[in-house]
Amino acid sequence: MSAPAVFFYLFGAAAVVSALAMVLNVRNTVAAAMSLVVTMISLAVVYVTLEAHLVAALQILVYAGAIVVVFLFVVMLLNLRRDTFAPSRQLLTKGAGVVLALGVAGAFLQLVPQALPTVQEIPPDFGSYAAVGRTLYRDFVLPFEVTSFLLLAAIVGAVVLAKRRLD
Amino acid sequence: MEVLLPVVLKTLFIIGVAVGAFAPVITWIERKQSAVMQDRIGANRADIAGITVLGLLHPLADVIKLLTKEDVVPAGANRVMHMLAPVIAAVPAIASFAVIPYGGIYQFGDTTVNLVVADLDWGLLYVFAIASIATYGTVIAGWASNNNWSLLGSLRASAQMISYEVTMGLSVVGVFMVFQTLRLTDMGVAQDSTFRIFGFLEHFGLVESLGFLGHLTLPSWGILLQPLGFIMFLTCVMAENKRAPFDLPEGESEIIAGYFLEYSGMRFGLFYMSEFIEVVVIAALMTAIFLGGWSIPWLSQADIIGGITPVFGAGVATALCMVLHVVTFFVKVIVMIWLQMQIRWTLPRPRYDQVMDLCWKVMLPLSLANILVTGLVILLIQGAKS
Amino acid sequence: MLAEYTGAVVILAVALVLASALLGIHLLVGPRRSFAEKDEPFECGERPIVSPHQRFSVKFYIVAMLFILFDVEAVFMYPWGALFTELGWFGFVEMLTFVAVLAGGLAYVWMKGALEW
Repeated sequence: MSAPAVFFYLFGAAAVVSALAMVLNVRNTVAAAMSLVVTMISLAVVYVTLEAHLVAALQILVYAGAIVVVFLFVVMLLNLRRDTFAPSRQLLTKGAGVVLALGVAGAFLQLVPQALPTVQEIPPDFGSYAAVGRTLYRDFVLPFEVTSFLLLAAIVGAVVLAKRRLD
Repeated sequence: MEVLLPVVLKTLFIIGVAVGAFAPVITWIERKQSAVMQDRIGANRADIAGITVLGLLHPLADVIKLLTKEDVVPAGANRVMHMLAPVIAAVPAIASFAVIPYGGIYQFGDTTVNLVVADLDWGLLYVFAIASIATYGTVIAGWASNNNWSLLGSLRASAQMISYEVTMGLSVVGVFMVFQTLRLTDMGVAQDSTFRIFGFLEHFGLVESLGFLGHLTLPSWGILLQPLGFIMFLTCVMAENKRAPFDLPEGESEIIAGYFLEYSGMRFGLFYMSEFIEVVVIAALMTAIFLGGWSIPWLSQADIIGGITPVFGAGVATALCMVLHVVTFFVKVIVMIWLQMQIRWTLPRPRYDQVMDLCWKVMLPLSLANILVTGLVILLIQGAKS
Repeated sequence: MLAEYTGAVVILAVALVLASALLGIHLLVGPRRSFAEKDEPFECGERPIVSPHQRFSVKFYIVAMLFILFDVEAVFMYPWGALFTELGWFGFVEMLTFVAVLAGGLAYVWMKGALEW
């Protein structure tokens, strides 16, 4: 097995294990968030082995470096204890979670065989910031601009939600 | 194997110099320079058989002391996380050196020597990514300690670090635009040249010929092409490193020592070490982006090698040039370390709201304005060319 | 291009070994004489009366949220900056529109006083 393949399987397994550790760790939410960081970094390594270099960089910068920080802040901010959730509601959320997970898994298993492309040679600059950037800023102008409105909506939403507590 | 050996050698060299030599010595410089600036004598007590070497034995004494101290973990602390936090803080600091070039690209016959550990396509983004992981070290340290002051310190630290992460990124976008790359080695090559100070007059057709003014050149260093970017980036990385004047997370007077309050022995040592390693990282990064990296002003690599080759032959000339470049790089790094020490011992600590205001209300709009102006200037110059 | 990552892997491994070696030596060499008072969380000699695990100010949440949003904006600017001359005026106007919308967001946040500490 070549070195990239070794890293692919190693970190693919690490992503799965740490994701499971996050979901199953209900007692310690901060540790669960840290497991999520491990998942994100493992995914970044998997992206690198697939030659998606810029995506790997953004995976660490945005997901591991920014989004999990907010999760961590929210967890520490609310500081929920286990007993904050009533047992009856816990059962309901768990049930809904299982149904949802089964649904997603089913759809995934159905879609993946159709979506798998045939293996082909990739251009030498595949996945570099230049190649991704050219596609993003030339061919996908509209989605790119719409993203700014999405971010704007999120900014307004965050302030509106938190403002009540600030005043 | 032929891939691994040069990489391992380069890694050991940069870690040996930066972590093994620079970091310990600047703990001494920090104490000596503050002593000079405050009219004291400074560290001079540690000695071996009466020989003190100006106090240079202090870093060694510090290591021995930290290793032999008791490892106290407070009651109610999360032991695993408490142990993990200093590692999360220290490893990214060391790993940042991977993409920083400490020399150029040299051709010895058929072999190319590129003096950087990992010449990644996304170069500088690697440093940003690594820095964003380091935030967890402080958050986890404060949370795992089960101490009020620690938690307050880690909250301050993380809010400050994430805020300045945004402006840190935005303040170098101007540099990306000028050099047209994210790769630090390409930036180094681009800065190994000169530009004519009054060249723009001729370029826009304002004057026919510059005459002798046309011979006035400056090295095309980032600091001259992006002066505002230099100041903003330096401010941001110093805030990321949480050293004075941005040491509010430590705030001795109100929260005792902040997030590493409950750390002792080598666990504290790792936090302390990572702070000083980051000083070196900052200096090296500033050098690579803004101070021309390894290049010698007005003497390009081709000039140097071309000048020495007739005397010693191509191989020796290239090797000499390489040594010269590496030395130049570390001289610039030392200048940047000195600048950081100077700032650290000159400025007082602002209030926390002032630190956050500086980031969100001054630096963020200013960095966006810098990008706008840089873009306009580049486009105007391009337009005049065609 | 993957060969370039060898260096990153090696330096991360060396850094990890270095950090854990220092901690390991400390664990072996350091003394261990603990008693109840020493293990108490440090509060300048006072007995801690408040647990640190309480809810804290919502301002930190706002900062973290704004950080994500502007970080995503910055992330879009990195490749754009490095491709700037190639994209020319088109790219400039494209990014100007993008940033203008978010600058509006920043102005809104500022007006609402969410940046006050």
